[in-house]
Amino acid sequence: MSILVDKNTRVVVQGITGKEGSFHAKQCLEYGTQVVAGVTPGKGGTRWEEKVPIYNTVADAVQAQAADAALIFVPPPFAADAILEAAFAGVKLVVCITEGIPARDEARVKAGLRSTGARLIGPNCPGVITPGECKMGIMPGYIHKPGRVGVISRSGTLTYEAVWQLTDCGLGETTCIGIGGDPVPGTSHTETLELFNADPATEGVVLIGEIGGTSEEEAAAYIKAHMKKPVVAFIAGQTAPPGRRMGHAGAIIAGGKGTAAEKMAALTDAGVVVVKSPTEIGAAMTKALKA
Amino acid sequence: MKVHEYQAKEILSRYNVAVPRGKVAFSADQAYAAAKELNGTVVVKAQIHAGGRGKGTFNDGFKGGVKLAKTADEAAEYAKKMLGNVLVTHQTGPAGKEVQKVYITEASDIQKEYYLGIVLDRARQMNVIMSSTEGGVEIEKVAAEAPDKILKTWVDPLLGLQPYQARQVAFGLGFTGEAFKECVKLVSALYKAHEETDSTLTEINPLVLTKEGHVVALDAKMNFDDNALYRHPDIHEMRDLSEEDPLEIEASKFDLNYIRLDGDIACMVNGAGLAMATMDVIKLEGGEPANFLDVGGGATTERVKNAFRILLSDKHVKAVLINIFGGIVRCDVIAEGVIAAAKEIGVKLPVVVRLQGTNVDKGKEMLKASGLKFSVADNLKQAAQMAVASVK
Repeated sequence: MSILVDKNTRVVVQGITGKEGSFHAKQCLEYGTQVVAGVTPGKGGTRWEEKVPIYNTVADAVQAQAADAALIFVPPPFAADAILEAAFAGVKLVVCITEGIPARDEARVKAGLRSTGARLIGPNCPGVITPGECKMGIMPGYIHKPGRVGVISRSGTLTYEAVWQLTDCGLGETTCIGIGGDPVPGTSHTETLELFNADPATEGVVLIGEIGGTSEEEAAAYIKAHMKKPVVAFIAGQTAPPGRRMGHAGAIIAGGKGTAAEKMAALTDAGVVVVKSPTEIGAAMTKALKA
Repeated sequence: MKVHEYQAKEILSRYNVAVPRGKVAFSADQAYAAAKELNGTVVVKAQIHAGGRGKGTFNDGFKGGVKLAKTADEAAEYAKKMLGNVLVTHQTGPAGKEVQKVYITEASDIQKEYYLGIVLDRARQMNVIMSSTEGGVEIEKVAAEAPDKILKTWVDPLLGLQPYQARQVAFGLGFTGEAFKECVKLVSALYKAHEETDSTLTEINPLVLTKEGHVVALDAKMNFDDNALYRHPDIHEMRDLSEEDPLEIEASKFDLNYIRLDGDIACMVNGAGLAMATMDVIKLEGGEPANFLDVGGGATTERVKNAFRILLSDKHVKAVLINIFGGIVRCDVIAEGVIAAAKEIGVKLPVVVRLQGTNVDKGKEMLKASGLKFSVADNLKQAAQMAVASVK
């Protein structure tokens, strides 16, 4: 078991003929992901790498190939449009990798998705992977191993760090989700926690947060009330100065709010094992699962 | 991106938000001419990217970055005292900021002060208009001490601001009659400006009711979404590089995310989250990070080289910690970049490298065989310990 994606997921890649899209679509295919279609407006009817059929619209790809998940690599000015196109074509899971989308577009898209029932992961994220079954994103596949722990994170390489430790400890992962580092993520920490809580294969969850916003505090409230499984958390940015955007558009302490200390306190209060150093994630989870 | 008050007011007046007339001045002479033109009592306001100017103190002891001047001569006198002088406020930090321009604006007879601000509410994922009868003081203070004094109006991103919401704000602030109508108009105009310019923060503090009964934005602060600047070239042009750290400007030329801090251990990391986490680990091990630096996913030799150069031009730096998790980027490629950069720049400081991920063994071997004095660490904790030990 896993959440969101598995070996049956049929992926359409939007922006498959671009440099990024092409490179990562190839990596996904090699991992074993079912990349069933590509979309590049104007290139419909051709094939990508002589294998994957390209369509002009996502609707065409859904109709011809029964694609049920979209992976987006289009540049920021066109990404909002791409997300909406996928959602309104009936795709149930939309994963947007694109970094640099204006926050106004993200808020508008998030509100626009309400009527579609589609789930958006990202933007500005590494994607989703269910080890051994489906890699829908830009993460290095080989560091993952099918296993017992779910991973939720706002960051890319920091997630790899955590996954590496889980794999190294022999725990492995059920599914790893990068929810993205922007101020308006399509899916929150809490929503992914709900999914992991309901997944019988997931025995524990690693939650990686960072400064800015209140997503971790909301997650803490959910954990306190509902979570049945152990959670290990790390919050990046304990040393970040206020008022500065630390790379991610969403990683900023504004008006004295969104500090690592507040988030760590809320999570600790909810019974989460909060580690001060990211190097302790694997060991902490091993211990939590033995308890 | 931040802009100055005079620039924010220029943008807002394009959207018909009522602001007092004013002119920016770069010299005492220009301040004199501006005051003459405004013909009456004026306010001389230091233009820096920080709040708390009125209560700030200049390096030479002169108090106040906002001064009332009854004559043009007086305005010129104040401008002379402020220009080229360093103003320290509670937002600038102890180093303060040099004042390079002043804003000369007509003085208003204030009857009452209010607060009006628009910002993205990340929890609700929509903009919220915050309004309060407690104007002229820091809104964070009001939020902490009297949260019931802040009225919040959330705006659906698909529907936009509705007229009833603008009325709600104006009624909430207690306006009546003509002033009520002016306030409704101002709130609608302000929201439009916020939305159309991709502002991330639009703050009028104070909004005032003048003795003549008009509603005017006496001060204005706007921050803009860096990700949206591509569709606002006119606003992008307002960027004031003199307000930014020279090393940060240099880094931005190479698409490097760099933020200078106060410590002595420089770090170079791929990915923003891991970069923050690396800073945290340095601190946990008893050191102080000198910067935040994300070299990004596509860390090429060229990028690594430029990153190195920028890190080393910070004179406080005593050691460098490189932490790379090779995913799509291979560790051997990173090692090659680090070696080439170190050779070309001639690094004399201790450099600790921690590589993990794709082709890590090959990368480590290359570092060891390079003949350069790298300390190669096996994990992040060890790397931080080595870096901290090297500066002690």
